[in-house]
Amino acid sequence: MALKDFFRPEAIRREVLSAGHVVPDSARCVQCGICSYNCPIGIDVRRHVWRGEAIKHSECLTCGECVARCPRGVLRFARTDLFVGRAK
Amino acid sequence: MRYVIIGTGVAGIAAVEAIRSLDTSGEVFLIGDDPHAFYSRPGLAYYLSGEVPEKQLFPYSKHDYHHLNLHYVRERVVSISPEQSNVTLASGQRLSYDRLLLATGSQAAPLRVPGTDLEGVVKLDHLEDARRIVKLARRTREAVVIGGGITALELVEGLLARKVHVHYFLRGDRYWRNVLDEEESRIVLHRLHEDGVTLHFHTEAAEILGKRGRVVGVRTKDGRVVKCQMVAFAVGIRPRIQLAQEAGLNVDRGILVDETLQTSAPGVYAAGDVAQVFDPLTGHAVLDSLWTPAREQGYVAGLNMAGKRAAYLKATPFNVTRLAGLTTTIIGTVGRGRDEDIAGIARGDSETWRELPEAIVAQSGFDVNRLRLLVGEERLLGAVVMGDQKLSLPLQKIIAGGVDITPIRPKLLARGVSLAEVVADFWEQVRGQFYAA
Ligand SMILES: Cc1cc2nc3c(=O)[nH]c(=O)nc-3n(C[C@H](O)[C@H](O)[C@H](O)COP(=O)(O)OP(=O)(O)OC[C@H]3O[C@@H](n4cnc5c(N)ncnc54)[C@H](O)[C@@H]3O)c2cc1C
Repeated sequence: MALKDFFRPEAIRREVLSAGHVVPDSARCVQCGICSYNCPIGIDVRRHVWRGEAIKHSECLTCGECVARCPRGVLRFARTDLFVGRAK
Repeated sequence: MRYVIIGTGVAGIAAVEAIRSLDTSGEVFLIGDDPHAFYSRPGLAYYLSGEVPEKQLFPYSKHDYHHLNLHYVRERVVSISPEQSNVTLASGQRLSYDRLLLATGSQAAPLRVPGTDLEGVVKLDHLEDARRIVKLARRTREAVVIGGGITALELVEGLLARKVHVHYFLRGDRYWRNVLDEEESRIVLHRLHEDGVTLHFHTEAAEILGKRGRVVGVRTKDGRVVKCQMVAFAVGIRPRIQLAQEAGLNVDRGILVDETLQTSAPGVYAAGDVAQVFDPLTGHAVLDSLWTPAREQGYVAGLNMAGKRAAYLKATPFNVTRLAGLTTTIIGTVGRGRDEDIAGIARGDSETWRELPEAIVAQSGFDVNRLRLLVGEERLLGAVVMGDQKLSLPLQKIIAGGVDITPIRPKLLARGVSLAEVVADFWEQVRGQFYAA
């Protein structure tokens, strides 16, 4: 999700999903940084969330630490999506 | 073109990002009096509780500021002149502008009792406040917390995490009575009690007692003395409207703005906690003290300042927070009236939450997992999700999206149903509207 999509109504918002990615719901995030702090390999998860981007990082272990630690339910795993996932 | 932005909070930063997305050559001045510039203010609570170190609270690196190509001025603005299109800094220096943004945020309302100038009396507004609490907590055995809303509990929990015994003063017998219902409030207070907090109901501070300049206790209105070395208060917040007010802009509780976030002075905009924004949900202009609306407003104001007309549509306010260790989501309109522990609005709060029109309340749950829905004619108006958060996101989407709930309304209002199951089933049917298949 690009930042310009940030203010579009939810109904027309499409999220790019692909296997094992962590995706944010940026509107819930308050940039506290707990996600980045707890990432075992030091990915700056918070920065992805600020930009409304999925955590598409080649080194992401999808260990779920950030998903579990976020106090506000910002992050979740997205399943592979055959239709949207290939669009990018 | 010269843009001047007052305030280095999330609204100010979002405005600069928006301006730079349209105008890479105009001059941008970002002025702020917080020595730490931009950081996560809600994150201060997690810093107090020890969940994140201080250095983690900064979303922006030096490189990010540099990238935005701005002039950062660490100073206080003492006045603005819309007639002369300039602002005056504390140093006396004047700075002219073509477009001005007031993103001055809000600050803690003062505690009106004698003794607040003693060392050991604290609030939680800025990083400097949080630092002070962390430092003082090392030599504090007992603390009194006064106030309500989220920040009061963040103070309680932060102090508990730092092994301080906490006395929590409440004016009545309820916590956050205009947002939480009786049962939710009872659950929160019960958990505080179990965590070792001493709850003082129907208690008001009359005076903070000191010795050699330091807090030694609080005398209550009914004449008791509670010994403590720290008094932390959160009795509401005030938008910082003074600059606007003195310049003659239209203000109410906050600075009044139109849908482009322009104030009554052409070329002068306001965004974030300081702005009072028209709310289509309630039909009048309201205040929020919420991170995401502040960011969105800052962004929209920035676009307009750089010449791209954009309207700000106030979204359904929601917050996810922890109350006495229980994750709680508050969405839409959920309560009414006023809370005696807070004057006006608090941090992480929205005036919209208290504007509940006629609605039927449906609730179910057991133990600490609780769900309360405010059921309107065709839509859900609000929800409080306590404990288990599986339905937090679905309800946020259903309420904000104004999804027609007619098909499940009878079920929601039937006796003895599990609301959670009804909502979960409904979500399976409607989620396709929100996410690609
Ligand atoms: C402890 C705490 C907990 C919170 N919890 C939540 C939560 O759970 N959920 C949520 O959504 N929100 C929460 N909030 C609220 C959220 O942080 C605010 O809504 C948001 O930060 C507002 O951003 P802003 O940019 O409008 O203002 P601020 O972040 O307040 O920034 C305003 C800036 O303006 C500067 N300034 C003001 N006047 C002047 C002047 N005259 N000259 C120069 N500079 C000036 C100030 O120094 C400050 O840097 C919380 C806030 C706090 C403090």
